[in-house]
This record gives sequence, structure tokens and C-alpha cells, in this order.
Amino acid sequence: MAAIYSLYIINKSGGLIFYKDYGLQGRMDTNDSLRLASLWHSMHAISQQLSPIPGCAGIELLEADTFDLHCFQSLTGTKFFVVSEPGTQNMENLLKHIYELYTDYVLKNPFYEMEMPIRCELFDINLAQAIQKDRVSYLGR
Amino acid sequence: MAPAVPRSGDAIFANVERVNAELFTLTYGAIVRQLLTDLEEVEEVNKQLDQMGYNIGIRLIDEFLAKSNVTRCVDFRETAEVIAKVGFKMFLGVTASVTNWDTEGTCCSLILDDNPLVDFVELPDTCQGLYYCNILSGVVRGALEMVSMKTKVTWVRDMLRGDDAFELQVKLLKQVPEEYPYKDDE
Repeated sequence: MAAIYSLYIINKSGGLIFYKDYGLQGRMDTNDSLRLASLWHSMHAISQQLSPIPGCAGIELLEADTFDLHCFQSLTGTKFFVVSEPGTQNMENLLKHIYELYTDYVLKNPFYEMEMPIRCELFDINLAQAIQKDRVSYLGR
Repeated sequence: MAPAVPRSGDAIFANVERVNAELFTLTYGAIVRQLLTDLEEVEEVNKQLDQMGYNIGIRLIDEFLAKSNVTRCVDFRETAEVIAKVGFKMFLGVTASVTNWDTEGTCCSLILDDNPLVDFVELPDTCQGLYYCNILSGVVRGALEMVSMKTKVTWVRDMLRGDDAFELQVKLLKQVPEEYPYKDDE
């Protein structure tokens, strides 16, 4: 029973660079995940235009009946968003932590090309540990 | 949830893993020497150092943003202060001061108190024209480009060339926020 259903990372042009599924439905088809990522990128951009006040940072939380979507955008335009069970707490902290893992294990890898899909084993390992730790603390409440 | 408080450069610098400063200086020196051997032209080496710095800067900016928790800067003045007080401190362990603002507030100078790259270094006569620390100008340029600022970063004063300080001029050319192609006339 996972609190988190899936994690996506989008580069600044809206392309999906990382997708991990933790739910029971199984991994989404690659084309579908790419489509979803660019849809979210567009929605996020439009939300900034819709804001009545200038300087909007875009959608941070989307609440639906069966899931919540938490999104974090860095000042460099990279978006990290997680689809979780409704009412899951602490997702902003998790996203910030994943951002730190990204800056460490992806960006500091000299063989990682910027804006390209992430294929860094160290990132996967540390991400799994972070999600596991979050799951443990969630179950412990 | 309370927003994260921006951390000071000192606090972050104290928490990172340490490496021998001399190893750092020696490694950088080896890079410059190798570039001089490979490229022979001092101007080419300057350009290559700047490019290397740019490639570092585009990656370093996210590390900086993640560790320091700075929020979006209001104007270029704040950006320069953040680079000088938090950025340089966090990565090089030195503070810089910001001076020489122009009237529009788009051009300033960062003066480094200290420069670990140049410990023990003297430029020979054959390398006049070399900007030994040009990697730093590339780093600043690359980092700022990733946060939508196109800048021109050049060395105004360089102690290895006989001046009395290390002065880096940062000129904001333009702000280029991400454009979303939703215009109807396209």
C-alpha cells in the first residue's frame, strides 16, 4: 500500500526525463507518460498566465477524488511532480529532497547530458531509499 | 508548511565534504597547463576555460538553489549580492563584495577577497594575455543563464597580471523568461 503512486521529472522544455511508478497499476506506456508530462507542462504554464496577480509560480497542488498531485518547480524550470494518495502529507519536503538528489546524482554526473532522460543508477538507488524512508515514516504515524 | 529559510553561505560551506585545498589548486593548474600545451594560443585557452566554466555553471546552479533555499531575486542587485555572499562562499569558501554599480543597475563588479585557484601561481612572460581564472567567469555566466539572465562576465582586474585585486565585471544583457508558444498569431 503505497502513499505515492508515481514520480515524474520534466525538463525546462516540457520533456519527460524521469518517470517512476510505485502504484499497483503497473508502469504506464512510454508514449502515454510523455504525453502526460507535456500536458502537465502546458497546464502549469497556462496556470501562471491565468493568475490575477503577476509573478505566479504555477500549480503546486492539484486535488482530485482519488489522488493528489504535488508539483515543485525549481528556479531553473525543472519540474518535479508526484501523484499520491489523497491527503498524503509531507510531499513538498519529499520533492525538495528529490531535487537535492537530482542535483547530486544526476547533475554532478559528468556523463549525464543536460535535459536528456535520466539514466543514473546512483540516482535510482538513492531515490528508492528516499521513497522507502518516506513510506516508513508514513506508516509509522 | 513554513517556507524554508535561506541558509547563509557559511552554514552551507561548513556542511559540505572537504577536500585538500592544495589538491584543488594543483588540479586546476594542471588543467590550465594541459590546455596551454594542447591549444598553444592564449586566446583559445581563455575561451576554453570560459566554456568549461559555463558547463560547470549550468549544473552548479541547481545545486546552489537546492542547498541555499534562496527565493527568486527581486532585481539584479539582489542577484549580485546573493552570488557574492552565498554563492562564492558556498563553493570557494571566499566572500566577494559588490561594487561599481552603473546607473541602470545592470552592471556591477564582484571583488574577491581571496582566490584559492591562484595560490602559488605566477604567470610567465609567454602567457601574457591569459586569464588564468577564466573558468570562474564561465561559471557565473552559465549559472545565470539557467535562471533566465543573459550576462557578459569579464575580468577587469587580475592580480596575476599585476593588478591589486580580482575584480569580475558582471553585465546583465537581458532577461529571457521562458516563453510559452501560446500566441494565437503563430
